[in-house]
Amino acid sequence: MTVTLDQIYAVTGVFLLIFTVLTLLDKKQSGKWGTAMFWGIYGITFIWGKEIPPAVVGAMVVVMALIAGAKWMGMGDYLSAATDFRRKMADKLGLWLFGPALAVPLVTFLVAWLFPKMGALVGLGIGSVVALALAFLLTRIMPVQAFQEGRRMLDAVGWAIILSQFLAALGFLFDKAGVGKVVAEMVATVVPVDIRLATVIAYCVGMALFTMVMGNAFAAFAVITTGIGIPLVIKMHGADPAIAGVIAMLSGYCGTLLTPMAANFNVVPAALLEMQDKNGVIKAQVMTAVPLLVVNIFLMYYLAFPGK
Amino acid sequence: MIKLIGVVIVIVGLLFRFNPLLVVLVAGFATGMVAGMSPVDILSAIGQAFVTNRYMSLLILVLPVIGVLERFGLREKAEDIIRSMRTLTAGRVMFVYQIFRQVTVGLGLQLGGHPSFIRPIIAPMTEAAAAREGARGTAWLERIRGMSASAENYGNFFGQLLFPAAGGLLLVKGVLENAGYKVDLLIMAQYAIPSAIAASAIALVRFLLLDRAIRSADKNKGGEQA
Repeated sequence: MTVTLDQIYAVTGVFLLIFTVLTLLDKKQSGKWGTAMFWGIYGITFIWGKEIPPAVVGAMVVVMALIAGAKWMGMGDYLSAATDFRRKMADKLGLWLFGPALAVPLVTFLVAWLFPKMGALVGLGIGSVVALALAFLLTRIMPVQAFQEGRRMLDAVGWAIILSQFLAALGFLFDKAGVGKVVAEMVATVVPVDIRLATVIAYCVGMALFTMVMGNAFAAFAVITTGIGIPLVIKMHGADPAIAGVIAMLSGYCGTLLTPMAANFNVVPAALLEMQDKNGVIKAQVMTAVPLLVVNIFLMYYLAFPGK
Repeated sequence: MIKLIGVVIVIVGLLFRFNPLLVVLVAGFATGMVAGMSPVDILSAIGQAFVTNRYMSLLILVLPVIGVLERFGLREKAEDIIRSMRTLTAGRVMFVYQIFRQVTVGLGLQLGGHPSFIRPIIAPMTEAAAAREGARGTAWLERIRGMSASAENYGNFFGQLLFPAAGGLLLVKGVLENAGYKVDLLIMAQYAIPSAIAASAIALVRFLLLDRAIRSADKNKGGEQA
């Protein structure tokens, strides 16, 4: 039996539509219509994304961005369990609680290894369904409540869940418009692009610096990879795209450690811990992030050019 | 040069804290316009890329499972495990937490975070451990809290790409495939391992240096930066 990615997308879409219905039925939901529309539209793009004309999907995506930008989304009432119930159940179920949670990665890896044609993504989908079944067996929870819990977690993430897809779309437009070429030409005026190590340094340091400016390694990745990574490191010097790409992303994460723009990771925790210096977390991270960036430069230089 | 307008919009927009979705959308439209695309072409490009990259958000499927387990005490159980290392030194608590975070996030599990683990569990534990050795006072607290918070970031950042369906890897895949390169998620996850080990090693040295500074706390009030 083969499971396709499209089937996994359909299941995801059905989940989203269930969340939409639960949102509409929730009497205490704040921003009810905005939230329901957002998840509803999103669910439709998962189920019928390929059938609907791309321009219409594009318009739907714009509507989602407007809902998020207008702050029309909110939290609801998920009929959550009280603290003492969670404590009691934690003592009763103990380490078994980790069973379903670990089933997700286990099935993901197994499917990716044993059925490379289906791949890790289909594996993740199958793993989620298997884990959900195990969780039902373990907890004997009502299915509707399981989706309430899922909705609780999704509402907590909110519109940010589609940010990656947005950034990929932006990268696609950048690529169509030839932004990469312009950035590459600019970099070529300051970096000796004939030297492989110089291009690797430009890619990794560029990722770190751009992440610091934008506060987000994902956003930086789309720009720096089309601008420096692909034209200079991959095309010109023949780096393996997969290896160079992942190490570039990790170089970006070194930048995340160094910037107050990544507020959730650096500034909010300082406030949360009642630190006097709101940059105290960043200061603690400098002497780890800088050596680690250097390590990543060498890793890309030595690993990403197999046989060259 | 005008083609870089999208980059400028992204930087300025994020700097002024506009909603990132709107910022990206405006940057996309501006970039498409200067490249001579019609609004419908731009919408089509956005729609097409959005649909192609749906896999980036497949973690939606995992949410009900994790939500159910949380309802039945998953977090409480994880806290129990972390608390059982009460007798360790501050630096070792940070290191064990970092490894715990790195391994679980590498398995695709989001167990951790500053609000749920560092503030209520790790920071009090490390502060108490340091105080036992005589490292007290505001300067020490600042330093220990900063490093406790950093353990969460190291574990999270340098563990997450070990999971083949991680958001970061999916974005790498998406951007590279837009440009015509086929890449494999399992291979990418493998090549995240060396950086993960390097991050743990560097952090371990930092944490051990902190422990050493704490041990000599009474002789060396306030301590230097490790």
